[in-house]
Amino acid sequence: MSKMYHKEKSIQLKSSASALYNNLSVLRIAPRCITYFTVVHANVVNMVSASWDGLNYSHRQLQSKEGNVATSSSLIMQAAWCVLPSRDLLVLTSQKGIQMYESDGSIMVYWHALDTPETPTAKAVFARGIAAVREKYICVGVSSGSVLVFDVPSKGSNITLSEVLEEHKEAITDMASECSGNLECIADLVSADDSGLLCVWKSGEDFQLLNKIPGFDTSCSSVKLWKGTVIAGYGTGQIRLYEGVTGILLAEVNAHARWIYSLDIAPFTGLIEHMYNECVTDTQICGARFCDGDGYAFAVTGYDLSEIIRYTQA
Amino acid sequence: MSQRTLPLLIINLGGEMIYILDQRLRAQDDNDDKTQRVMNDIVATMFNKAFLEELLQPQDLYSHRALRTVLTRLAHTSIMRLNQASMDKLYDLMTMAFKYQIVLCPRPQDLLLITFNHTDTIKELVKDNPSLVNQINEAQRQLIEVYTPLSDGDFELIRHTLLVLFQDMQIRVSIFLKEKIQNPNGHFVLQTSGPVPYGFEVPGLIRYFNAKGQEVRRTRFPSGGNYTSALRQGSFDLSGDRVTILEMDPSTTSNSTRKQKQADTTPNPLAKEELNLLAKLMGGMEVQKILNVDTGFKVNLLALDQEEEGIGISEGTAHESSRVINIQATQDQLASTELARIAGEFDEGGSLTEGPGNKGDDLLAMMDEL
Repeated sequence: MSKMYHKEKSIQLKSSASALYNNLSVLRIAPRCITYFTVVHANVVNMVSASWDGLNYSHRQLQSKEGNVATSSSLIMQAAWCVLPSRDLLVLTSQKGIQMYESDGSIMVYWHALDTPETPTAKAVFARGIAAVREKYICVGVSSGSVLVFDVPSKGSNITLSEVLEEHKEAITDMASECSGNLECIADLVSADDSGLLCVWKSGEDFQLLNKIPGFDTSCSSVKLWKGTVIAGYGTGQIRLYEGVTGILLAEVNAHARWIYSLDIAPFTGLIEHMYNECVTDTQICGARFCDGDGYAFAVTGYDLSEIIRYTQA
Repeated sequence: MSQRTLPLLIINLGGEMIYILDQRLRAQDDNDDKTQRVMNDIVATMFNKAFLEELLQPQDLYSHRALRTVLTRLAHTSIMRLNQASMDKLYDLMTMAFKYQIVLCPRPQDLLLITFNHTDTIKELVKDNPSLVNQINEAQRQLIEVYTPLSDGDFELIRHTLLVLFQDMQIRVSIFLKEKIQNPNGHFVLQTSGPVPYGFEVPGLIRYFNAKGQEVRRTRFPSGGNYTSALRQGSFDLSGDRVTILEMDPSTTSNSTRKQKQADTTPNPLAKEELNLLAKLMGGMEVQKILNVDTGFKVNLLALDQEEEGIGISEGTAHESSRVINIQATQDQLASTELARIAGEFDEGGSLTEGPGNKGDDLLAMMDEL
C-alpha cells in the first residue's frame, strides 16, 4: 500500500540552483534537532540550516576560494557532506580543485589543487563525485576519470592523498559508498562515469577493484550502493539495479522521460518498488535527497529555482 | 567549464539575431534588396573562415558583456545601425529564445541539431548567394567534425556551461507568454506529455531479471506524465530533417517550408499574428539603414523591470557581481567608435573576471579586419 507524500513549506535559498548533477546534499544533526542543506549556484555554495520545528533558518554562503587566492571565478561542480565516525566534513569540488570544510562551513581544513593545463585544452578539467568510505576515507572523482582517495584523521587538518585509482577513462559523474550500515558487505564504494561505466571497490590501504560493470553508451549521472546492490540513474531516464560484486542485472526501471540528474535511497526502508509520483511544475529537477534514513521526508532543487521544495509522508 | 561551448553559443545567438532582424527589416521596409544586402553582410562576417577558426579554439565562454559586444559588432558589419537601447532589447530577445531552446532540449546532443536548424535557416535566407551558402556549408562541416565525436556527457557539460551563463534570466517575452511556453514569472513551461526523446523508453515499466539475465517479472507504475514512443532521430548531416521534438502550438504554424524546420525550436514570427506581436514587442525599434540618430524608440524595459520587481527576477546573470548586465534605458549612442572604447574596457583590471588575457579581444580585433 503506497503512502502518499504531501508538499511542505519550501526553504528559501539566497540564490538559485545550478543545473548540476546531484545538486542537493542533506546532513541531519539529531542532537541539535537541525538539518543542513547545501545547493550549488555557479561558484557559490548556499548552506541553510533548518530547525526541525520549522521555526529557525540560518544561511551561509561559501565561495570556491582556492588556496590563498581571495576571490575566484572557478565554478563549483558539487558540494556534499562526508559523514565519518569521528567527524563530518563538507567537501566542495570545482574546476580548480577540492576543498574540505568543517561541517558547518566555518573553517576550510584542506585544499587540493587539480593539475590545470596552462593553455585551455579541448577537455575540461574539474573534480566531481564525492563519497565518504568506511572510517577514514574520502574519495573524490576527477574529469580525467581518476578517483582520488584521501586519508582523513579523526581530527585536525592532516589530510593526505593516499591513492589514485585509475580505472575510468571518462569524467567521473558520481560516487557512492555502502549506505546500509551493514559492515559485512564486501563492496564499499561504487564510482560512475560519463560512459555509464560503474566500478565497484573494496576500501583499504590499497583499494581493490571488485568489478567493472559496463555502460550502454549513455552517461550514468547518479549512483547509490545499498546492501551490495548498485542503483544507477542514466542519461536515458532509466534506473538499473545491479548486484555489485557479480555485475548481474537485477532490475531495470524506465523511470523518466528525460535525463536523470539525481537519485537517492532511504537506507532503512529496503524497498524496491514504486511508491509515489510527483511532478514539480515547470521545474527541471537537479537535486533530490531523502531528509532522513526512513524516507519520511525528501527534498528537491530545480534549475533557476531559489528554494528547496520538501515533501513529507502524510 | 566546457571549452567547446563558444561556437554553439555564437552561432545560435547569431542565428536568432539574424532571424529577428530579417523579420523586422522586411516588415518595416519594402526594399528587399537593401534587406538582403544587410543579411548578406552579417552572414558573411559570421561565417567568415578566420572568425570561425577563432571561435573553435578551446576556450572559456565570454561574459554577457563581451558577448553583447561581439554580437553588436556583428550586426554593424552591415549598413544597418541599431542604437544601444534597441540592441539591448534585441539581445534580451535572442538570449531568451536560445535559453528556451537549451532548457527544453530533450537530450544534450540535440543542441547540435538546434544549431543545424539555425544554419539551415540562415542558408535559406541567403540561398541566392552561392558563395555564402558555401561558407555556411564549410562551417557546418567543421561543426560536424568537432562535435559529432563528443559523448552525451560532453554535451551535457556544454549544456550546463550555457545554463550557468543564462542562470536567473527570466525576461518575459510577449510571444512566449502568449503561446503559453513561458509563465508570468518568467519560467518556461515544461510539458509532461509527448514523445520521449530518441533512444529513451516510455516511463512506467519495471522489469526484474534472474541470475541468467532472463526477465522474470514486470510491473507498471504511473509515470506522472502522458508520454509516447520516440520519433526518429534527427539528421546530423549537412542537410536533413532535424526532427527536434519541441512542439509548438499547431495553430500557429503556417505553410512556409522554412517554418517547418524552425517550428519546433524557435518562435514562428512568419505567421502574420506573430509578426504583429513582434512589431509591438519591438515597440518603436527603428532599424536605421544609415548612421542616424534613432528618434522614435519607446523604451519598454523600464516598465518591464517594474512589473518584475518583487518576483525576484533580474535582468541579467547575477551569480557574479562583475557580470551584471547594464541594460541602459537612457539614450546612449552606440556609434561604431563606441565599440572600440568598449573593447578597450576589457583592459580595465577587475571590471571583468575573465582570467588572464582578455576574452573577446582577439575576436573583436579580427572583426575589425574583416
